[in-house]
Amino acid sequence: MPRINSAAELEELRKDILAQKDPDKTCISVCAGIACLGSGNAQVISAFEEEIKKQSLDAKVDLIATGCHGFCEKGPIVVIYPEEICYLEVTPEDVPEIVSKTVIGKKVIDRLIYTDPNTGIKAAHQTEIPFYKNQSRLLIGNSPKINPKSIDDYLAIGGYSALSKALFEMTPEGVLDEIKKANLRGRGGGGFPAGSKWETTRNAQPGVEKYVIVNAHEGEPGAFMDRALFTGNPHLILEGLIIGAYAIGSHQGFIYTRHDTPVLRKNLDLALAQAKEYGLLGDNILGSGFSFNVDVHLDVGIFVSGESSALMRSIEGMPPEPRPKYIRTSVTGIWDRPSNLNNVETWANVPQIINQGYEWYSSIGTERSKGTKLISLSGNIVNSGVVEVPMGTSLREIVFDFGGGIPNGKKLKAIHFGGPMGGTIPESLIDTPLDFDELSKQGASLGAGDMLVLDEDTCMVEMARLFLDFLAGESCGKCVPCREGMRQMLKILTNMTQGEGKDGDIKLLEEISGVVGEAALCSLGRSIQKPLISMLKYFRDEFEAHIKEKRCPANACKELK
Amino acid sequence: MSEIIIQIDGREVAAEEGMTVLNAAQKAGISIPTLCYLETLEPYGACRLCTVEVEVRGRTNLVAACLYPVEKDLIVRTRTEKVDRIRKVILELLLAHAPEARGLKMQEYAEEYGADKNRYEKEPSFCIQCGLCVRYCAEVKKKNAICFVNKGPSREIQFIPEIASKECWNCTECFPLCPTEYLQGLFVLTKALAFPSAPMGPSVEE
Repeated sequence: MPRINSAAELEELRKDILAQKDPDKTCISVCAGIACLGSGNAQVISAFEEEIKKQSLDAKVDLIATGCHGFCEKGPIVVIYPEEICYLEVTPEDVPEIVSKTVIGKKVIDRLIYTDPNTGIKAAHQTEIPFYKNQSRLLIGNSPKINPKSIDDYLAIGGYSALSKALFEMTPEGVLDEIKKANLRGRGGGGFPAGSKWETTRNAQPGVEKYVIVNAHEGEPGAFMDRALFTGNPHLILEGLIIGAYAIGSHQGFIYTRHDTPVLRKNLDLALAQAKEYGLLGDNILGSGFSFNVDVHLDVGIFVSGESSALMRSIEGMPPEPRPKYIRTSVTGIWDRPSNLNNVETWANVPQIINQGYEWYSSIGTERSKGTKLISLSGNIVNSGVVEVPMGTSLREIVFDFGGGIPNGKKLKAIHFGGPMGGTIPESLIDTPLDFDELSKQGASLGAGDMLVLDEDTCMVEMARLFLDFLAGESCGKCVPCREGMRQMLKILTNMTQGEGKDGDIKLLEEISGVVGEAALCSLGRSIQKPLISMLKYFRDEFEAHIKEKRCPANACKELK
Repeated sequence: MSEIIIQIDGREVAAEEGMTVLNAAQKAGISIPTLCYLETLEPYGACRLCTVEVEVRGRTNLVAACLYPVEKDLIVRTRTEKVDRIRKVILELLLAHAPEARGLKMQEYAEEYGADKNRYEKEPSFCIQCGLCVRYCAEVKKKNAICFVNKGPSREIQFIPEIASKECWNCTECFPLCPTEYLQGLFVLTKALAFPSAPMGPSVEE
């Protein structure tokens, strides 16, 4: 691979890559996202390899294992380009037929395409499937089209043009200004304006080395959009990170991710090596004089290591114990140096803002929440998977239009956001728009974008207990409010679900919640009560029924039936 | 060291840069209750009993006085309704473990803040995890014969038999630090299970 030494050379290389690509050549794109791999796509991929060899199609057909296509419910997914024919729930046995009928014969196999469960209408192309049709897949839309292991594929879709623009046409201040004006808000859960955070780190401790970090920990149960995006299109995040480093004045970046996602790690290592070889990373990037390196760090398998200060401790090689909340990591982070942490999706938004400008970006979304948001949909929902919608989309649309509603004819009861530190909102508020502030107002912060759909058979007392039970295994246990508050809350809730709830239990829960939320040491500790608080707000009668009538209104608690 | 003037409970207090709110208050004779704090150890910030309300540039926050550094124009309130409520609940949660704890002024604090030791269901573990023993052994004695194991509500203190059998017999300096005497009990238990033949005397190797 040649090293690229200028913006012009990058465009030349891009031209060469595009010239070698035949847009009419058949390309079989097999989803190798985690869900599809879990349902057997590795075998589908090897079946395609075999069949292509058998039919001597090597020269005529490209086969790529891509990142997540999003429609996890119907995986394994196979899309055949250029026609964009989408086959769902493909098995290795279907492969010879797909190759002979569709790849060679250009015919659609009826049985493998999408059929609407209500209307019976079929859709052969990915973009016609209701799940995909109304999404705005600005970030994840490219994943089915590119091989995450190939930087050339990323360059072919315009990759690294934003980096080139930032380095040669913009000053670091200009880049920062663009991000601030775009009002990009952190996608990790807080919704804090990324531009202000960048600026804080940029201005902190002049002369001291600064760091930029990708938080790819994604420890919340029910959150799987970040790893889908990162695994499927690692260069997108990397490009955003380099641009951010340029704006902030950082020459060293870190990617903090999970030890238990080997596919992501593999794609990431490859992406970093390829970017380095092309001169898009390392010393004197694209001949601009700007140098930047990235190291990958793996977590130690505990939820709290995704918390910003704990994460930085972990990078230092220390146990991931959070630091007190008032210490701002953007000023004193890794080794007490200014460190700017953003999550995967936040970084992924950067290249498009630089390429298309803040005016374009802020035309998407609501007044205070701009752009699109990746949502991982799970729970009692027909189509679980990853969707990307503009901010402001109503929850109703997400659940019923993209999600396909609630299975088995059940009724929707509530939607839970943000995992064990998030909040629940009831069915009656389903017209609330997807918006950081609107959701917070209702007591459910958007979190990282994991939406757990709950049907009428869900017991809210049990849900509250379940989240606390998860956190009990994840809290570090250092401070009293979190450790002891959790212990007592868990005990009270467990008693309730077993018919041993007592008068005054709700008051006790509320009292502990108040103290934990205000006095715990870190932001994990200060959030453990959030699901419970929101459930008490909207489903108080259910808690009371468990205590007073020893009855579970959802008929879910076995001891109470 | 430059002098910083801060306000604690309406009084102007002179502090030095690098001091914590707790240091500054103690210097001025204003008492803030603490459990996990010991002058000879690094501040730990775990018991949260020293929680106070601070106001910086119009923004108030609840912080641990033992960790929070003083800064210019800082306003500290040590006894607001919120602070008292937090201290009461913290004490009640800890008294569920050690209702009769004598050390660290636990009973005096309980009375002062109206903490009811029967408020929460009892947890017969006696340890309140102030961490004084663990930190004393690590920071002062530099032996690490006792440590925390596990996390969340399952976290507990544990002697490391291999180290304890050699180091503890002529030390036991941590025993009086323990507010509940649980530490002493744990040592006896560990010794009985792990190194019964090395009574409080030199270990075999020595």
